[in-house]
Amino acid sequence: MFKKKLVLGTLSAIALALVSNISIAMTPEQQGLEISKEAKQRDLGWIDSTADMLMLLRNQQGQESIREIKIKSLEVDDDGDKSLTIFNKPRDVKGTAFLSFSHPVDADDQWLYLPALKRVKRIASRNKSGPFMGSEFAFEDLSSFEIEKYSYKYLGDETINGLENFKVEQYPADENSGYTKRIVWLDKNEYRIQKIEFYDRKNALLKTLSYVDYKQYLGKHWRADTQKMLNHQNGKSTELKWTNYAFKTGLKDGDFNRNSLKRVR
Amino acid sequence: MPIKNLAALALLLTFNAAASDFEVSGKVAVEERYFFETNQYDNQFPHSQTSILVEPEFYWGWNNGDDTVTFKPFYRLDDQDSERSHGDIRELSYIHASDDWELRTGIRKEYWGVTEFQHLVDVINQTDGVEDLDGEDKLGQLMVNLSLVKDWGIVDLYLLPGFRERTFAGEDGRLRAPMIVDKNNVSYESSAQEQHLDVAMRWSHSVGDFDIGTHWFHGTNREPILTPEQDGDKLVLRQYYNQMDQFGLDVQATIDDWLYKFESIYRNTNDGNFWATQAGFEYSFVGIFDSNADLGLLTEYSWDSRGEGSIQEPGASFQNDLFFGSRIAFNDMQSSEVLMGFSTDLDHSATSFILEANRRLGDNFKAVIDIRVFNSSDPIEQTYAIKNDDHLQLSIEWYF
Repeated sequence: MFKKKLVLGTLSAIALALVSNISIAMTPEQQGLEISKEAKQRDLGWIDSTADMLMLLRNQQGQESIREIKIKSLEVDDDGDKSLTIFNKPRDVKGTAFLSFSHPVDADDQWLYLPALKRVKRIASRNKSGPFMGSEFAFEDLSSFEIEKYSYKYLGDETINGLENFKVEQYPADENSGYTKRIVWLDKNEYRIQKIEFYDRKNALLKTLSYVDYKQYLGKHWRADTQKMLNHQNGKSTELKWTNYAFKTGLKDGDFNRNSLKRVR
Repeated sequence: MPIKNLAALALLLTFNAAASDFEVSGKVAVEERYFFETNQYDNQFPHSQTSILVEPEFYWGWNNGDDTVTFKPFYRLDDQDSERSHGDIRELSYIHASDDWELRTGIRKEYWGVTEFQHLVDVINQTDGVEDLDGEDKLGQLMVNLSLVKDWGIVDLYLLPGFRERTFAGEDGRLRAPMIVDKNNVSYESSAQEQHLDVAMRWSHSVGDFDIGTHWFHGTNREPILTPEQDGDKLVLRQYYNQMDQFGLDVQATIDDWLYKFESIYRNTNDGNFWATQAGFEYSFVGIFDSNADLGLLTEYSWDSRGEGSIQEPGASFQNDLFFGSRIAFNDMQSSEVLMGFSTDLDHSATSFILEANRRLGDNFKAVIDIRVFNSSDPIEQTYAIKNDDHLQLSIEWYF
């Protein structure tokens, strides 16, 4: 038994050496996966975070509408993250809050708190492709990135925003996704997402998301101050402006349950 | 010098504001109701009814939101029904939250349950009956509620001092029975009357796809027994509140696009006991007709062991009733939504139809249209009394 374990260990060590030394031998699929794993790996260890999000919705006529939202997240080892989303604007939904336990493969567990009725409702979470608060962001665009959610293909290198980028295609594993694929540009220095293109179910270009003004927190975690989503098919756009980012604030598991959902502001 | 003092004061105020959170929000609404048919009973108004409601909320939070005080008064002014002009303190409470427990003290509202068309297990608060027919508007209830968060679920313990009588339409108002409910001469089974100390316990938990809750309530029944009695030269309905013990279970299973909902209660009183169940399901279609709109379809069924009863001994209003509903969410910038519901009593011919449509106007206003239609040909059915009260309501709500 012990001997078998040792042999296996040695074998995997050799395999690892091969992968890291002879990367040329990797298929584009393996390369895509490795790049995505590295991006995820580099951001691990944020423990918990809070941030304020301002959503600016614009239609083709230039009409604007604002959403003011606070997000609290908790990193969960070996599972998807937990998050609380609290709405402040528009005023008619003030106090509405949304609790989500995300899972890499299984459907997320989601609850919605309706303050007028004081009611907590468990909601079906398969509606990933639907718009979030009437914006150009779908629910799935705002959920946490997990390696298992996609399969990958490295397409090559490209320079955007003056930075050398990896260009990786991602194919959603979930059949309920609104996309056939996403093309993601990650800069080679810090593995930060610079741009994402979303392709709809007919494989036509639907949206482009650009990340602007990255800032580094705790000397490790990069977050963009602004995310701009442009829908090429309907001409509408949504801009996210992030402020008051904080990490390791001491949030606990107990801050993410039905009780906190009813109380949170 | 005064300027300096002012500056110091301003600075102090700023610091205080930073240490604690104070927020004012709320809503003001104007509602216009139009009844298609003229009044069925004497003294009721013929067609239109206008009312204004104000519901501000004052919130103070400190210790990172672990300590909060909320004050939410409510007032409605109605131009036709003097009983519908009424005020209430919806909330005046202090909440302290710790890691694994929470203490909530004061006047509050507590919602239990999972179904949409009837709320059997939701018994903590009294129904504010003049507000709407759906029973979702509640009067504030004085309580001490200790909530314990355990690995095996959340346990809520309630002490409920002070009882609130249900509100009913007045003599001038529509949506009432032929006899008006007497606000005075209310009687109780308990010698403590409305001062009876009620107690309740609830355990709720989420296990995988299931959300489960179970409760026990001991105290004054929120549903009055209404008995016709002579009051001078007219007949009125006298309210009698008995004591009840209620056990209940509510379960929702959320599996893929399906929601399965189940509520059941057993209520024991000195005037009899009964079982009742409300159960059904909801299915959501996402992005219908290649649009952003979602369509939810709901069906629920009600059963009550008391049955339909008789003219002399009325039974339950939902004893063998079927409900269908649909909800269309357009997922647009204005969050436009249309809700429709249809109910039918399978024991006798009575149906009702509701429609609710709403849309945000700009950032702070909302327009709401409500339509209610009742059909009933059997005097035993409770909607028979309001069969002429079909109406349309237009509301403009301002949120601040």
